[in-house]
Amino acid sequence: MFNIFKLALRNLRRYMRRTLLTSTLITLGVVAVLLFVSIAGSFKSMMIGQITDSMLGHLQVHKKGYMASIDSLPLDRNMNGKQMKKVKEALDQNENVEAYSMRIKLGAMFSNYTETTNIRLNAVNPEQELQTVPMLAKRIIDGKKEGLVGRGEILVPELIAKGMKVKIGDSIVLVATNKDGSVNGQPFVVRGILEGISGPGGRDGVIHIEDARSLLRMEDKEVSEIAIRLKTIQSLDTVFASLKGTLGSMKNKMDQPVFDVHTWEKLSPFFNIARMIDLMTLFIKVMLVAIVLVSIMNVMIMAVYERINEIGTIAAIGTGPNKILSLFIVEGFLLGLLGTLIGVVISLVSIYAMNISQISFNFGRQKGLLLSPTIGATEVITVSVIVIGISVLASLQPAWKAARMDPITALRHV
Amino acid sequence: MSVVVAKQLEKTYMTGDIAVHAIQGVSFTIEPASFVSFVGPSGSGKSTLLNMIGCLDPPSKGSLSVVGQDISSLNRKQAARFRGEHIGFVFQDFNLIPVLTVFENVEYPLLMVLNWPKKKRTERVMELLEAVGMTDQAHKYPSQISGGQKQRVAVARALVTNASLVLADEPTANLDRTTANHVIELMKKMRDEFGTSFIFSTHDPKVVGNAETIFTLEDGKLMQEGEGGTHV
Repeated sequence: MFNIFKLALRNLRRYMRRTLLTSTLITLGVVAVLLFVSIAGSFKSMMIGQITDSMLGHLQVHKKGYMASIDSLPLDRNMNGKQMKKVKEALDQNENVEAYSMRIKLGAMFSNYTETTNIRLNAVNPEQELQTVPMLAKRIIDGKKEGLVGRGEILVPELIAKGMKVKIGDSIVLVATNKDGSVNGQPFVVRGILEGISGPGGRDGVIHIEDARSLLRMEDKEVSEIAIRLKTIQSLDTVFASLKGTLGSMKNKMDQPVFDVHTWEKLSPFFNIARMIDLMTLFIKVMLVAIVLVSIMNVMIMAVYERINEIGTIAAIGTGPNKILSLFIVEGFLLGLLGTLIGVVISLVSIYAMNISQISFNFGRQKGLLLSPTIGATEVITVSVIVIGISVLASLQPAWKAARMDPITALRHV
Repeated sequence: MSVVVAKQLEKTYMTGDIAVHAIQGVSFTIEPASFVSFVGPSGSGKSTLLNMIGCLDPPSKGSLSVVGQDISSLNRKQAARFRGEHIGFVFQDFNLIPVLTVFENVEYPLLMVLNWPKKKRTERVMELLEAVGMTDQAHKYPSQISGGQKQRVAVARALVTNASLVLADEPTANLDRTTANHVIELMKKMRDEFGTSFIFSTHDPKVVGNAETIFTLEDGKLMQEGEGGTHV
């Protein structure tokens, strides 16, 4: 086999310019795919990380029916103390769950004493919330980050802060209607300004859960949702299936399910963008396959055509059809290998260079996001195997033709 | 044992709907260490006959035994193996592999066909290169040597496997007179040294003059068998 490789290498060197051109084409394809995969992958993980770690958590549990009317933040679809206990038990038993946070979601009127506007609020237990969505504190663009929010304090969304011209330390009033229809108002001090991000809840203000209970005059301990953080996002499907099994099977007296469990994918529209990115990656890979297939096949057909007489000679002096087949397949393999190796090296160096250069970009209203492309060994190996495999596949037809060539006809060829 | 035994050999090609009888009822025998030439005008069937003896083309009818093997029973793969082991080829255009050096060209059948071990291979190749006077050109590529030298290398390649039979199709057609003489002399010397039979198809009177047995073909039929120097 070594001798076939040696001879194939010599043949590739014979047509050096063509070999280099074909390898360059393959290299460009590999670089395009690997860079796209790494950049798109990094963008995707960054966005997913931001959505799950500063807002949604990896999973959420609601009372059945809450999600259907989430836009109006219904208070009559909150979980009661007994239901919360059931969920807590299920979560405490699951070893993949790192933390969870009880939240009350409510709508209110925000007044700075001269103007009034609507505000959506997320009332949380600060300790639980910081464990569940650790990046939330980083979204505080002005004000104290430690401890997130205290009693009587509010984190005001950036847009409302600008529109209502409120600053840190200003006093404001929140007026809310409870589920019985009675209205109550409560003063708060602006503790911080919260950066808005894309997606549901991305432009909500934050208050302490006990303040929400007093504002809404809740007699029982109720929550609207429970956000869950997993130890690793890779266990998302497993935990989801497990919780759906445990909580989804719980029925009320009317034999109706009590809870709904959702992954972040169902809760955030960014999941569709992530799917689009995956689709584009697949499309780019298909393009790469086409480039490799066409270029290698073209080169190998040319190689066979130009060496018909030589094929006749080696067949006449006793080279078996299988060896002739191997010779041309190995040539295609080496072309693919050469292009892939150079492509992988260029891609890895480019990815390293991009990380060193600290390239930043804007996404929607989010400014200065840092591009930190990464690529896993699996992805590099997969792309390499695809390219080399396609190179071999593309060589099969020309190689087969060479191996089946009649030596007499081949020897007569000029 | 005769190297080649042909009995009532026939070869028919189909060109469209027309049957072309390239060889018709040819019988002959070639003994070991012979220097044989097939002569005849173009289209007389010389090359077809050589192709059949070289297991490149099976006969349509009759029997053909080469080195004791009935070649019509061989499939494509077996025929390739048989050629590699028993038959050497010398072509009009030398047909050396351009990406291999002189040494590697001669080594090729031992390496790619017979899988000889390296030491044995090197010794045999050097022996042949010495016999054809090409030792000092061993590391040159075919593009770096002359036509006569290329044909010497081709002869060495044909003999390197200890072939019983070397088939040479117009081996001197692309060589000048002096070089052609040298190549013919070399082949005779190789025949004497290794006991290999040489079978030519040629128009070249010099080759014909050197042949010990001459078969004349015309329209696919064997017209005459004669001795070298007595037949033109």
